[in-house]
Amino acid sequence: MTPVTSPPHGHAAAAGANGAPGADGLDPEAVSAFQAAFDTAVAADERIEPRDWMPDAYRSTLVRQIAQHAHSEIIGMQPEANWIARAPSLRRKAILMAKVQDEAGHGLYLYGAAETLGTSREELLDKLHAGRQKYSSIFNYPTLTWADVGAIGWLVDGAAITNQVPLCRCSYGPYARAMVRICKEESFHQRQGYELLLALTRGTEAQRAMAQDAVDRWWWPSLMMFGPPDDESAHSAQSMAWKIKRHSNDELRQRFVDICVPQAEALGLTLPDPDLRWNEERGHWDFGAIDWREFREVLKGNGPCNEQRLEQRRRAHENGAWVREAAAAHAAKQSARASQDGASRTARSEP
Amino acid sequence: MTSTAPPTPATLPLGDDALILSHRLGEWAGHAPVLEEEVALANIALDLLGQARALYTGLADVLGSEDEIAFLREERAFRNCQLVEQPNGDFAHTIVRQLFFSTYQQPLYARLSPVLPLAAKAVRETAYHRDHAEQWTLRLGDGTEESHGRTQRAVDTLWRYTGELFQPIEGLEVDWQELAEEWSAGVRDVFDRAGLTVPEGPREGAWSAGAGRQGLHTEPFGRLLAEMQHLHRSHPGATW
Ligand SMILES: [Fe+2]
Ligand SMILES: [Fe+2]
Repeated sequence: MTPVTSPPHGHAAAAGANGAPGADGLDPEAVSAFQAAFDTAVAADERIEPRDWMPDAYRSTLVRQIAQHAHSEIIGMQPEANWIARAPSLRRKAILMAKVQDEAGHGLYLYGAAETLGTSREELLDKLHAGRQKYSSIFNYPTLTWADVGAIGWLVDGAAITNQVPLCRCSYGPYARAMVRICKEESFHQRQGYELLLALTRGTEAQRAMAQDAVDRWWWPSLMMFGPPDDESAHSAQSMAWKIKRHSNDELRQRFVDICVPQAEALGLTLPDPDLRWNEERGHWDFGAIDWREFREVLKGNGPCNEQRLEQRRRAHENGAWVREAAAAHAAKQSARASQDGASRTARSEP
Repeated sequence: MTSTAPPTPATLPLGDDALILSHRLGEWAGHAPVLEEEVALANIALDLLGQARALYTGLADVLGSEDEIAFLREERAFRNCQLVEQPNGDFAHTIVRQLFFSTYQQPLYARLSPVLPLAAKAVRETAYHRDHAEQWTLRLGDGTEESHGRTQRAVDTLWRYTGELFQPIEGLEVDWQELAEEWSAGVRDVFDRAGLTVPEGPREGAWSAGAGRQGLHTEPFGRLLAEMQHLHRSHPGATW
């Protein structure tokens, strides 16, 4: 926990206290004044900043969500990195490498946002590696052909954008700002994925079949990315009230389906859902039942790649331990040498 | 020589160096020791890939499209030096390979930039690569006993691939002797500051058939190409 420093900006008068003591030491009156200021700020769509007072539960909800998001970015590098070495043209190799690099960058922004809440990257990585924090289940599916790279860009980055664009207006400032940068890049990824699939569907029979097969495998898991249906979603209501979340899981899922159906048609690909049809009355596409049993199983750790993904993460981290130690040791020696130099210079210059 | 094969275009070895090292660095994706290095190694890989594509594109009239050059040549037709094809090994190994190569590539590009079909920024890119390698060599050489040991071992292992870098490439107007001296001075300077020892072993293999610049490679290179070329070759004539 970082200590409370000030109430949400512009509401100092309401709270009437500057340099307030740690949350635990606050008297109940001060807490309720801070709480009121916080509620007013959120209601007025103002941003909460790191030094503002915030309820403990708001902070921990944010840390959990940002951590899960950051972990998803770095685990999400794996299924796509799987194809860098085999990319079938130099242009595609460059695009894919840049995309995987972007995801690493997203991880950096997000761990940075979590740090503003008083939680270090190291701590979050340890939790990920210990299996105590989650990442998006979508990355527990394997990339079996080159077309999977396109399907991930089109569907997985596409679903991520649908989920994340509203987060650009999230009540917590650093998270919202990170999301603005991230969404810009994700939309590149989505277009590149679509364009990759388009090249395949306009290509040979084998390439077309590869594209269809990939979409057949990635469609349903992509719909699951929006999380459980609204009536089963544990954290949704409170997050909506705090304006961490702005739309329900089912709303976003519907929005995504509505976007994808015409795009699939333009690609000349079939979405693997016989119940997909336009509902004139609702003004939306109806779609079939999602296999929530599969969702829960993958979440529990029984997906095709859960163990592999986490194992690679742990191994990279463990194999990197000596490098991080070396960098820290060198930095410490450097500063010791610098202060020694400084000291001897001072000693020499003394009369 | 009885060969009637057309002479190797002078810039092909440079393009092959860039492509193959880029490919090797791409293998780090998802395996780097810290997130910042995921970004940095990918940056270097992307720069090198961009350089390879520019150099290949300049050879289109002689050798075909960039993809034909990269994906349809056999192992013996590649002219990259053996240094860049060496497997990544641990992080120290990769960094020492980067140090040896960037200390060669940066002054080479600086000398050749007016005549190479490379953007002016390629020289700046190689300067950044060199700085990245030097900084890490200092950290690793100076850091802990373990990092020092790993780095010295990498230096000892890769040393034998450094002599080849200064074999003259026909058609490139470069004072190779001067380049070699500059390289030695640069590497020694970094070694001094990092507490590393210059190996005593030879700087090239004893095989008179030659090395990478003659199309003679090491065993890991065939597997690299098998992986890199497999998909492209499985769909002859396809567009991606
Ligand atoms: Fe991302
Ligand atoms: Fe992305």
